Amino acid sequence: MRVNFTVNGRPQEADDVWEGESLLYVLRERLGLPGSKNACEQGECGSCTVRLDGVPVCSCLVAAGQVEGREVVTVEGLADFAKQRAEGGCASGACGTSLQNAQEWQAQGTDSQTGEGTELSPIQQAFIDAGAVQCGFCTPGLLVAADEMLERNPNPTDADIREALSGNLCRCTGYEKIMDAVRLAAARQSEAV
Amino acid sequence: MASPSGTPTKITQGSQTKGGIGESTLRPDGTLKVTGEFAYSSDMWHEDMLWGQILRSTVAHAEIVSIDTSEALVMPGVYAVLTYDDLPTDVKNYGLEIQDTPVLAHGKVRHHGEPVALVAADHPETARRAAAKIKVDYRELPVITDEASATAPDALLVHENRDDHHAGHVPHPNIVHRQPIVRGDVAAARERADVIVTGEYTFGMQDQAFLGPESGLAVPEEDGGVHLYIATQWLHSDLRQIAPVLGLPEDKVRMTLSGVGGAFGGREDLSMQIHACLLALRTGKPVKIVYNRFESFFGHVHRHPAKLHYEHGATKDGKLTHLKCRIVLDGGAYASASPAVVGNASSLSVGPYVVEDVDIEAIALYTNNPPCGAMRGFGAVQACFAYEAQMDKLAAKLGMDPVEFRRLNAMEQGTLLPTGQPVDSPAPVAELLRRVKAMPMPPERQWESSEGADVRQLPGGLSNTTHGEGVVRGVGYAVGIKNVGFSEGFDDYSTAKVRMEVVAGEPVATVHTAMAEVGQGGVTVHAQIARTELGVTQVTIHPADTQVGSAGSTSASRQTYVTGGAVKNSCELVREKVLEIGRRKFGSYHPAWATAELLLEGGKVVTDGGEVLSDLADVLEGETVEVEAEWRHRPTEPFDLRTGQGNGHVQYSFAAHRAVVEVDTELGLVKVIELACAQDVGKALNPLSVLGQIQGGTTQGLGVAVMEEIVVDPKTAKVKNPSFTDYLIPTILDTPTIPVDVLELADEHAPYGLRGIGEAPTLSSTPAVLAAIRNATGLELNRTPVRPEHLTGTQLSEG
Repeated sequence: MRVNFTVNGRPQEADDVWEGESLLYVLRERLGLPGSKNACEQGECGSCTVRLDGVPVCSCLVAAGQVEGREVVTVEGLADFAKQRAEGGCASGACGTSLQNAQEWQAQGTDSQTGEGTELSPIQQAFIDAGAVQCGFCTPGLLVAADEMLERNPNPTDADIREALSGNLCRCTGYEKIMDAVRLAAARQSEAV
Repeated sequence: MASPSGTPTKITQGSQTKGGIGESTLRPDGTLKVTGEFAYSSDMWHEDMLWGQILRSTVAHAEIVSIDTSEALVMPGVYAVLTYDDLPTDVKNYGLEIQDTPVLAHGKVRHHGEPVALVAADHPETARRAAAKIKVDYRELPVITDEASATAPDALLVHENRDDHHAGHVPHPNIVHRQPIVRGDVAAARERADVIVTGEYTFGMQDQAFLGPESGLAVPEEDGGVHLYIATQWLHSDLRQIAPVLGLPEDKVRMTLSGVGGAFGGREDLSMQIHACLLALRTGKPVKIVYNRFESFFGHVHRHPAKLHYEHGATKDGKLTHLKCRIVLDGGAYASASPAVVGNASSLSVGPYVVEDVDIEAIALYTNNPPCGAMRGFGAVQACFAYEAQMDKLAAKLGMDPVEFRRLNAMEQGTLLPTGQPVDSPAPVAELLRRVKAMPMPPERQWESSEGADVRQLPGGLSNTTHGEGVVRGVGYAVGIKNVGFSEGFDDYSTAKVRMEVVAGEPVATVHTAMAEVGQGGVTVHAQIARTELGVTQVTIHPADTQVGSAGSTSASRQTYVTGGAVKNSCELVREKVLEIGRRKFGSYHPAWATAELLLEGGKVVTDGGEVLSDLADVLEGETVEVEAEWRHRPTEPFDLRTGQGNGHVQYSFAAHRAVVEVDTELGLVKVIELACAQDVGKALNPLSVLGQIQGGTTQGLGVAVMEEIVVDPKTAKVKNPSFTDYLIPTILDTPTIPVDVLELADEHAPYGLRGIGEAPTLSSTPAVLAAIRNATGLELNRTPVRPEHLTGTQLSEG
């Protein structure tokens, strides 16, 4: 079958899609967007999390045919998505929190392969700065989930962050630096308003 | 809202070179990883690519009567179906140490999920369906699942006609390796004991559960060779095992490291490497294989489950008298790293304590259970679980504080291991215990708020099982010792190629090693070392491949030590050559070129007095300096097969934990509130990465304390829970805050004084959590993981 849908703001057309193919498979293997990850393909790990009409979903559990005519945002489009949201004004209502401890996690130094010059969303930058990335396989799904949480809840408590990210498994970090990254992104978001 | 706050972590910092060692420089692959552009092995793509699929045995132990591939072969879209009979050479087995693992099953399968046949097709679903059409007729055999069934008089042999180098000294052919360690006079020491404590402990089978599934792409090349893009822990070890099976010389099997989504020991053994290459060479097309999670649980070795019998004695003033212990590790159907795990479990079975009289035995079994091998902590984890439970029992029996009892018996620099080897670097065991105990305690009843109980902070969480009723807090401590690097006489070297040249007027260093970056941050540290040693800002990390010498395995907490040491060494050799060029070019302009100690700093050649002699760019103009060199740490020696004596280890790593738990004693649910860690890291080359390793390792230890276990049916030896639905790893809700106190006591034998750090926190985390649960419940709890029924007594379950 043919599936028409929007990915990261661009209309896409996928041909010869099998009925059983998941949105994850179509993104990775047919549209050349492998950023959404395939750690379990059974909806348990969250590494394939994308936004479907704004709602975070495990793309491995969405049949490709279900996305006909709908809008998908993947990690590849997260920076643009966040930029457009920011240009839309202070929708989040996040105001008045100082950076304080969060800035401790703004690590320094650069390397030759950091992809400098790449435009990043605040949550992406915070993950790098806080040391929340190790192997990085869980990172795309966590970024999409964390970005969506901060959109809904710009001033999350630690318990809020843990609840919102509880569908995303990470095996490397012990989650502490992920917590730091989300706190940092929230603090920077508040300061920017 | 509460202002953002991090978990407190203390670490010293300091460095003279910007971006050099000691700084929390950022990962060079960070941006690629947050934008989704980082190419993991499962992301590889090639035009005309086929998909490979492996058919695995549905039973654990059986003779293969027949295999019928005819229906699969005629399916549209199928390009090849391969079985044992299609293997191209006489080499049909592989293995890390013992080549006992068939590439494809021949006449027999020895565990559930063993590879039997391969399919290549133009769509992964076609490949899966074709594999399902292969008919395998099994004649089932009785399963060997434990020591009793493995060593029974009429036991079937898992491997007949063993000729490996352990076969001659093991008491039974179903025992892979046995290592006794005998030292002192246990009988006499036992007489001195005022109290004696024994315990039988059980450690469940843990899975590495790295998130990036086993995967890779094999591309046939015009010269008849193959190029494999792969996620592994050791490219050259893979190469050594792959090439003979393919019948190719090693230079025709080119290997490039793809993005690795975690490893933790689970990628030390081969998985789909040979299978992908066989299919690519047969079809002449690129072949990609990606396991799904179900297959991943069958596709790599696990942590050895273990039964541990321990007896300790102590005098009434709290001094340990002796240790008798017997550790039985289940190696499963194939040897993998079992012999080395036995060496670790036995030589570290005493823990970080002074015990002069010991009688120790460790064995690994061959059974029909899933093969077990390397996982973070590697034999030391199982022992730590047992000896730390013993320490608590002894302290209780003596009426002593458990931390004070440990401190009283703590190893120090100079203490002899049971192998007779002196610990010849700082061993701050008592200090780590002191530090972890001194950390502030988390407040009581944190779940209480003005709006009632926040169930997210209670055992049972959002299942809303308690609002605090029946919830009891407990606190527990543990400390452990892990060896760093490959032990027992292994030639554990690394190779680094370092180049310096001028690019666009700037001096640039390129570091090329075959080190597998699996997420630990080795690439970050290599760049830092190059900056420190060569005084440059710009460092390029060349992709890891087999075009440079071996870097050894990303295992045993060894890469920063050994490949880091190799990078440092090659940088030093490059620096000498650079200075040579400088002397040749500019020596006549300034006498200091000949007389002073010269350094490379900030892109300049400077004297040790700080005087600038030249820009590095001027020295390097028109020149390229390149060095590839191997580097070795101090040699080790094997353990004596009868006495276990020998200087077998390179270095040690110590961590201590304090766990605070809250237990819903009515439902048997555990919430770990905090897991504080104190660890000596020698020197934190990258403090941010050090914290990440400690917190990550701590969390894997938490997992096997309260939830993680591969459940194998003892009647059939079949795996019952190969999915993330049924094999649970800690989520962010299960994981507590992990405050860390880092100590940096230099090991003078190691580069920069550093210690390997990745594994030690995985050891003591588990027994600390168990101790805390015992403290909360008063139960004995001799197995891990702890399940609710163990706490409520509603079901007597074992195994």
